[in-house]
Amino acid sequence: MTTLLWGVLPYVTLALLVAGLAWRHRYDKFGWTTRSSQVYESRLLNIASPAFHYGILFVLVGHLVGLFIPTSWTDAVGVNERTYHLFSLYGGTAAGIVTVGGIALLIYRRRTRAPVFRATTVNDKLMYLVLVAAIVLGMVAKLSHTSGNGYDYRQSIAPWARSLFTLSPDPDLMAGVPVLYQVHAVFGMALIALVPYTRLVHMFSAPVQYLFRPYVVYRSRDPEQLGPRPERRGWERAGS
Amino acid sequence: MRPMAQIAMVMNLDKCIGCHTCSVTCKQAWTNRSGMEYVWFNNVETRPGQGYPRRYEDQERWRGGWELNRRGALKLKAGGRLRKLAGIFSNPELPEIKDYYEPWTYDYKNLTDAPLGDDFPVAQPISQLDGKPMKIEWSSNWDDNLAGAPAHGDLDPMVEQARRQASDKVRFEFEQTFMFYLPRICEHCLNPSCVASCPSGAMYKRAEDGIVLVDQDRCRGWRMCVTGCPYKKVYFNHRTGKAEKCTLCYPRVEVGLPTVCSETCVGRLRYLGVILYDADKVTAAASVRSERDLYEAQLDVFLDPEDSGVRRACEEAGIPYDWLEAARRSPVHALISKYRVALPLHPEYRTMPMVWYIPPLSPVVDALSETGHDGEDAGNLFGAIDSLRIPLEYLAELFTAGDVGPVRSSLEKLAAMRSHMRAVNLGEEPDPSVPAAVGMGVYEIEQMYRLLAIAKYEDRYVIPTAAVGDARRLEESALPQGCSLDYDGGPGMGGDGPFGQDSGRKLLPLMPVENFHILRRRQTADDPAHTTPTADTEEA
Repeated sequence: MTTLLWGVLPYVTLALLVAGLAWRHRYDKFGWTTRSSQVYESRLLNIASPAFHYGILFVLVGHLVGLFIPTSWTDAVGVNERTYHLFSLYGGTAAGIVTVGGIALLIYRRRTRAPVFRATTVNDKLMYLVLVAAIVLGMVAKLSHTSGNGYDYRQSIAPWARSLFTLSPDPDLMAGVPVLYQVHAVFGMALIALVPYTRLVHMFSAPVQYLFRPYVVYRSRDPEQLGPRPERRGWERAGS
Repeated sequence: MRPMAQIAMVMNLDKCIGCHTCSVTCKQAWTNRSGMEYVWFNNVETRPGQGYPRRYEDQERWRGGWELNRRGALKLKAGGRLRKLAGIFSNPELPEIKDYYEPWTYDYKNLTDAPLGDDFPVAQPISQLDGKPMKIEWSSNWDDNLAGAPAHGDLDPMVEQARRQASDKVRFEFEQTFMFYLPRICEHCLNPSCVASCPSGAMYKRAEDGIVLVDQDRCRGWRMCVTGCPYKKVYFNHRTGKAEKCTLCYPRVEVGLPTVCSETCVGRLRYLGVILYDADKVTAAASVRSERDLYEAQLDVFLDPEDSGVRRACEEAGIPYDWLEAARRSPVHALISKYRVALPLHPEYRTMPMVWYIPPLSPVVDALSETGHDGEDAGNLFGAIDSLRIPLEYLAELFTAGDVGPVRSSLEKLAAMRSHMRAVNLGEEPDPSVPAAVGMGVYEIEQMYRLLAIAKYEDRYVIPTAAVGDARRLEESALPQGCSLDYDGGPGMGGDGPFGQDSGRKLLPLMPVENFHILRRRQTADDPAHTTPTADTEEA
């Protein structure tokens, strides 16, 4: 079980992520979008969406720091365990509260605003379930281990996470980890695996290149595409 | 100079009867899909009126187009690159569907399926957003023909501005009011702020014909283009989550057919043709300090297709010959640059729009005739233009950022044309001083009459096809590279090797007459002066 959860599942997740992204890029560029519902309702979204997104970005940075910066590095720059824990606790909790508040408002909006609810697919509902579970379980895991220096995941979870990327997974590191953290990690992996198959895929099209390109884009007609071509998604015949 | 070609449109508002045929045919061709119920790539507004979406011209609210920053450089009114990315998680200036109107259908089934009762069954309106019964309160032309103008006319942003200049002229009492129709499509601007706003780089201006398009595979639904366009002519498809806009019917234009809105226009008021412009001058022209100079600045960006220097530059830039010929015969170029009767819509947005309008003149003739004057006599007409039923100030707010000069001059030319043609048609001796008073000759004004009043199909639409422009290239690619007899030991043996005529071992002459670079330059030069080896050798 330990091997399955912490030795196999992470690679399955990664494979699903990469394969899903490649498939989506190859066959469903047309479906690759944020599917924004702002044209239905703008007032709540203007508060909730930035709160959630900025919160989750901060949470992401926190996870990257926690998992991929070894204790020896923080020690080397003179950050002791206590300082690190307090920073992680208060910073993480603040970001978590903003994120949870944001997504709570987003879900409230999605349920109560009829056009938004009508545009919600089964896929969206599954995605929301896993996303909220991952966030809430993470918050619960963190807040139920606050005494003293808290649970020191940097001695167990973090080395395990790094071992995955050096292709020498060490599932035994996860054996003694509190159950709440374990559940959070499983939901986290489920979320990562879901990304390419849900609207979450828009995170991979963060338009950073906008900062570096000229404002007005010129493009030449594709000489291959003079004349009729097969119907494409989104441009099907009317009435079909 | 970097010459480029653009398919542009001119609409003669004098002839628009507000029948909405253009809107309906466009809707049938392009936006009769789910997710696009509220979208009209072409819409016809009654002015004064709020427009579609409501009050879209209020850029203090919607932040569309460009403005100048403190250093006098162009900047997107909705904020620059960093601001756009920082605010990407929601777009505070995005119009909701209800700012356009809530789309609806009717519960037709109830008409046949309702149980027997005392009352006739009715088909209730059903919202297409949430599927529930709704009250219809607005649509894309709810204020058509000034409906509701006494109550809502003041909400037209242009009315507010025109009143600042001429407070007594814009009235909505029935006897004093005025109106005209304004059909609108995407402006296919030279300096498009929607393209500049797109974080994904999915929107682009086509290099061959200047049509602004959205790449549906690259659009990620960030919605910045909707805010960026001051004309609000980029729409969000709420089913696919992607932006869509008027395509200037490019599949038709590519084969030389006019757009659907032009083809079906009952009043025959639309003109399509090629405009040549200098792409290097666009940014400078769009950043002219005074908004009122933008009209003249844009005219300066356009190139004269009769000028031999321009024609040569165009040829060097790869603009096909038949496009140059089309530019010479272009009705759009004639109305904009030669006769100067067409004006841009809202040049103050600094996007350099390419759908221009001839301001409406008609009511002045009726008004004069009603007061017992000869409505088409030149003297009466010129004098009356300043006291038009449609105030010059209002037209100026639409077409010249408030400068009444160009509007008056355009209307005077139209008035002179009427007066001159009246004399011709009544068999009178035409007075050459009438055209002269507006700076035109008799021949010129009769040509303009042909274009505006006779308006033959082939005069209105001069559209070079994409295929002819590409034909030479296609022809070349269809031919085999080199001679078919040129195989080893064949009768044509001894042609150029793979590296050209002068490469490899040569017996004679001992001195190379042409080296590889000279040869290549000679073969590719457009100019005869560069094809003689001596001239090249001197240069080299």
